[in-house]
Amino acid sequence: METKDIIKPENLVYGKSELLIDTIMHYCPGCTHGVVHKLIAEAIGEMGIQEKTIGIAPVGCSVFAYNYIDIDWQEAAHGRAPAVATGVVRLNPDKFVFTYQGDGDLASIGAAEIIHACNRGENMLVIFINNGIYGMTGGQMAPTTIENMVTSTTPCGRDSELNGYPLKMTDLVAQLPGTSYVTRQSAQTAAAVRKCKRALKKGIQNVLDKKGTSFVEVISTCNSGWKMTPVQANKWMEENMFPYYPLGDLKDSEKGEPVSKN
Amino acid sequence: MGELRLMKGNEVLAEAAIRCGCDGYFGYPITPQSEVMETLMERQPWNETGMVVLQAESEVAAINMVYGAAGSGKKVMTSSSSPGISLMSEGISYIAGAELPCLVVNVQRGGPGLGTIQPSQADYSQAVKGGGHGDYKMIVLAPSSVQEMNDFVDLAFELAFKYRNPSMILADGAIGQMMEKVELSDYKERWSDEEVIEKSGSWATTGKPSSRERNVVTSLELDSLKMEENNNRFQEKYRRMEAEEQRYEAIQCDDAEYIFVAFGTSARVCQKAVEIAREKGVKVGLLRPITLFPFPKTIIGELAKDVKGFLSVEMSAGQMVEDVKQAVFDAGIIRPVAFFGRMGGIIPTPGEVVEALEQKLLKEKR
Repeated sequence: METKDIIKPENLVYGKSELLIDTIMHYCPGCTHGVVHKLIAEAIGEMGIQEKTIGIAPVGCSVFAYNYIDIDWQEAAHGRAPAVATGVVRLNPDKFVFTYQGDGDLASIGAAEIIHACNRGENMLVIFINNGIYGMTGGQMAPTTIENMVTSTTPCGRDSELNGYPLKMTDLVAQLPGTSYVTRQSAQTAAAVRKCKRALKKGIQNVLDKKGTSFVEVISTCNSGWKMTPVQANKWMEENMFPYYPLGDLKDSEKGEPVSKN
Repeated sequence: MGELRLMKGNEVLAEAAIRCGCDGYFGYPITPQSEVMETLMERQPWNETGMVVLQAESEVAAINMVYGAAGSGKKVMTSSSSPGISLMSEGISYIAGAELPCLVVNVQRGGPGLGTIQPSQADYSQAVKGGGHGDYKMIVLAPSSVQEMNDFVDLAFELAFKYRNPSMILADGAIGQMMEKVELSDYKERWSDEEVIEKSGSWATTGKPSSRERNVVTSLELDSLKMEENNNRFQEKYRRMEAEEQRYEAIQCDDAEYIFVAFGTSARVCQKAVEIAREKGVKVGLLRPITLFPFPKTIIGELAKDVKGFLSVEMSAGQMVEDVKQAVFDAGIIRPVAFFGRMGGIIPTPGEVVEALEQKLLKEKR
């Protein structure tokens, strides 16, 4: 088969989502944000819900998420995305509202907002990017930084005596009756990317079905902040983060009683 | 004539919100304004007009819920009292920076810190100078009666949407807690989704159809030249408010030689003080600012030509007095501007005000 045959539309097996805007991403090469952005764009496009989707962007590296996915967006203050999303969805119950938050945003400064939004079972999807570090401000310790991990504010490694323990937010929100689907995913291999996309689509469907809060954590890399190559970062994540943050579904009440809200 | 009722100021805020077609209220309990949310929960407007009422986990969350809902083009509000407003100041700055309309009510109590639950006007500067970070202004309305607690809700929303800017009703614990006769407003329909799109579809997160570009509600702009442009646009808007929205009530100012300047509860005290002073043969008038931003400086400048002095009367250490002085100075006139106030939740008496007038202004003249 020649090139001209391969590129015929009928032979197309994969294309860039129309919702992914043609602009240069500011993310570092190897960063997980770009992959998850692509998955969100694909999921919204494939489910045909662009017109009813409102995204809430966080503060952190993904503050400019609104530059990359072609939907209506609102930019929240640091940590407040779940409260902002609550305001949007309570007054627009037929919209699909999601927050996109990093670990500093969700697990540290916004811990109160995420716990209470999940506890109320706000009908929204939370996408939680956990790379164990503050990327945008230059690699400081996050609440999810694992023990002994070196960051710019834990130069000798995270010491639990001094800094407390890595916070498992996903395990916490899984305990709340307001959440219906809580899962921990990753996106470092083709298989993991496919699984992650399925999880995002399931979370979206749950919101469309008004089942309460769905929560998808994506264990991610920050190779710049971790001071590694992308390949090293993926390996480090698998060896060091997966044991503390095991992948898989923590809660799936799809078949149980739907969590009622509104 | 609308429906007449005997109600508390805080209860009236809730009733007025329902009647003016408000879409949502997000709040957190704090004395002395808790009756606002209590009244709303009792009234259950979601069954009547579809208005959403939600008790947030904190003032921080409440103002961010307002931010989100306002970003979708809806007519939303919150209310709190001084310490809670400090917590909301971050969110208010974001709302002003993203140019969203909303209503924030501050039923002030004495500070600083946890302070007291008694009435105060010590959040004047916080309200009119910004409060949160960055160069921004709110439209600030100061009710001095339960009737105005009713009237200003609709007015605050009208101005908020006119300028795409947060409005504040700056009341105090006395206005919030006292009962007076009030003529309630007639019901207005809430805006339909189509009306929201018609009014705010060019900027609000109403969901992106293929017919328009995506809307992004944000206060962020890393390009400094563009951020300066944004700031210039905000400042131009604030100047427009100053040109078009100065509101005040002038009581017995026509023949006055001295003017009390006071808002809210202080203005009620000063109304009596005007009577007492006039009985004593001193011609005093009362200028009651209704908008604290924009401050009614034009009328103060005009009055300055004909009077011998001003006494700013406040329940604070003297905050509005700076704006009175500035207004007189801007008019190019030299007149004494004195201050009298009580703090910590104390309401001045009319007698004290007249005494202050005598000591601070009349004595110097004699």
